[in-house]
Amino acid sequence: MASDIDVVPAITTRRDEAVSFLSKALGWARKYSLFQYPFVTACCGMEYMTVASARYDLDRFGAALPRFSPRQADLLMVVGTVNCKQAPILRRIYEQMADPKWVVAFGVCASSGGFYDNYATVQGIDRIIPVDVYIPGCPPRPEQVLDGIMLLQKRIQDQTHTLTEHTQQPLDPKPD
Amino acid sequence: MATDAKETGVLDPPALPGGAPAGGGELDAPIPTRQMLINLGPSHPATHGVTRIVVELAGETIESMKLDIGFLHRGFEKSCENVTWTQCFPYTDRLNYVSSIMNNVGFALAVEKLCKLDVPDRAKYLRVITSELHRICDHLTLVGAMGMELGAMTVLLYAIEARDVLWDRLTEICGARLTSNYARVGGVARDVPEGWIEKTLGALDRTTAIVDEIDGLLTRNRIFVDRTRHTGKVSREDALELGFTGPCLRASGEAYDLRKAAPYLVYDRLDFDIPVGSNGDNFDRYLMRIEEMRQSDRIVRQCLQQMEPGEIAVADFRYVLPPKPLVYGTIEGVMAHFKLVMEGIKVPAGEAYSYTEAANGELGFYVVSDGGGKPYKLGLRAPGWPMTAALPHMLRGSLLSDLIPTFDSINMIGGEVEQ
Amino acid sequence: MSKAVIQALLERFPRIVYDAYEGVGGDDCAFVQKARIADVCRFLREEPKYQFNMAPYITAVDYLGQEPRFEVVYNLLSTKYNTRIRLRVKVPEDDAVVPSVTGVWRGADWFERYCFDMYGIRFTGHPDLRRLFMYDEFVGHPLRKDYPLRGRQPLVAEREVKDVFRGPGPAGRD
Repeated sequence: MASDIDVVPAITTRRDEAVSFLSKALGWARKYSLFQYPFVTACCGMEYMTVASARYDLDRFGAALPRFSPRQADLLMVVGTVNCKQAPILRRIYEQMADPKWVVAFGVCASSGGFYDNYATVQGIDRIIPVDVYIPGCPPRPEQVLDGIMLLQKRIQDQTHTLTEHTQQPLDPKPD
Repeated sequence: MATDAKETGVLDPPALPGGAPAGGGELDAPIPTRQMLINLGPSHPATHGVTRIVVELAGETIESMKLDIGFLHRGFEKSCENVTWTQCFPYTDRLNYVSSIMNNVGFALAVEKLCKLDVPDRAKYLRVITSELHRICDHLTLVGAMGMELGAMTVLLYAIEARDVLWDRLTEICGARLTSNYARVGGVARDVPEGWIEKTLGALDRTTAIVDEIDGLLTRNRIFVDRTRHTGKVSREDALELGFTGPCLRASGEAYDLRKAAPYLVYDRLDFDIPVGSNGDNFDRYLMRIEEMRQSDRIVRQCLQQMEPGEIAVADFRYVLPPKPLVYGTIEGVMAHFKLVMEGIKVPAGEAYSYTEAANGELGFYVVSDGGGKPYKLGLRAPGWPMTAALPHMLRGSLLSDLIPTFDSINMIGGEVEQ
Repeated sequence: MSKAVIQALLERFPRIVYDAYEGVGGDDCAFVQKARIADVCRFLREEPKYQFNMAPYITAVDYLGQEPRFEVVYNLLSTKYNTRIRLRVKVPEDDAVVPSVTGVWRGADWFERYCFDMYGIRFTGHPDLRRLFMYDEFVGHPLRKDYPLRGRQPLVAEREVKDVFRGPGPAGRD
């Protein structure tokens, strides 16, 4: 995972190569300047605090500054269990975020409901919003979280970025 | 009037709108304000766990406050009613997730009270050692978060570093940093690895150094003291009536600590002090935590000295899994293992309320058993619950900016308050 | 000391406090008639010899199949004399109304709201009896034994997600 060497490609003169260069440059810029919205609910929040702190530093990945307003954030990290009462709030925050945005399900409760399979919890936030990276663990070790962030960065790099189009998955996919 | 001005040398101020009396200076004039209803929503950086606070403000003063909780209700009690007694331990871990071993130990003590089991000495010492280490972690998290939310970001980084150092030791003994799942009915899950005791003493030295540094950064810090002293005051009678226990009660002046009042495990063999505050404000609650960390350090060092080699669990196949050589070698071992795993421990029918001194206060488990392998009812008395419920009483008439240190210092942990 | 308290209660409230027993671990408990629980609690709090100044834990239990069905359990503590007792109040299902003890201890407020939210037991004289954990649109009382474990009532329509098969048992999507 960590062995991809990251190099900004050289400038060419052909149009489609120029467009792909733009996409790669935008991807490079976006992946190294993630502004997270830590939607912290439960125990995983403790591991989130550890990941953001001095030992397992999230700042090295460019994702240091949490932005507590959805308008200013582009990475929604759902940390901890989301229950049925919290679900509308999560959805609202997701809708308030501007494109491009990514979602990380941090912890197994956010990925699939964890072992709380009962009347109160949502079985995974992907039942409410589309998720890009799932980081399982209860709570995940900080190294696992960093691995998840690097996976997300690779995904951001590989996406097609343009300055005008929205490329995110639709919130409610049309029924087939 | 020109003649008056010449005589007195002072112009009378004009009458103010709203009919306020002119005179007495413009600085005393009332500013017309409006009541505002503000929502500190469930997703907020300064709320620990998710709580929705609806605050009615007049200017900056809180007239009244309403708390809306339940955004982290995960159905702990109902989940526990559907799994075996031993399978409840991971659920109890995630109640007070910063000091999870204390929840495990509290639950194990409740079940052992019903089963009338007495665990071996070494298990008691191990439970006390790991509980006190987690108590230090809980207080570190609180002090760090309190500093961060009042602007002192460095304190958070130091506190998390100290917590990481302790979590490394706990990982070696339990397997997990945070949600330890360490206690079992009848003892503890596993014994200490090689060299753990020396490493823990080193970790405690490092933690004490960091606690001293945090103390030096915050306790005489002008900004910190100004924001926490005389804010969120609770009198002793109010604290008792509202149900406070633990450091918040002791900060208000009532010297009630379950480790001294109703000693359990090995606390009666240990020598430690109980810090008691006098004002019942946020600063006292913060100081409680710093002092309690130092006392916990004393307790752990004494325990490490006093602990003798021995069994870590009761050698009773009805409650504790038999050791693997017996499981693979004897019929009784295999049968006991099978019954314990498939059906669960058969706890005699009855009910019991067992209480321990967790980091935040009295952690109580009310267990009702119907004689089977699953709990009939597992009621949790969360230590943070009365303090959270009392927030509207504590903050009536305070400034809005006093809400944040008060909310920090009561240490509301979402997992336990919302079960 | 807690035995003396129970004895005094039995003498002072003759048919209202009944069936005193000593539970496991030495806890002293007694049953109390539903109608007079607030008076008993007030006596315990105000009597200078006992001074039960805190109610650390009040909860309810659903004994489905027994009549009366519910039971509200009051664990009381006197920090001055370091004594604890437990009072149990049987509550029938068709008349699940209990006098509130918030007049005696303000801290009992949320515990009674919890009993209402999770079991459906109402408390007369409570300042603000509404749901505590569950949202207002929730129908039913989750901790009752006849409420299904997985009885989810979602507030937000859930997306179609390819779910992993859960295996046999009372599972499956709801």
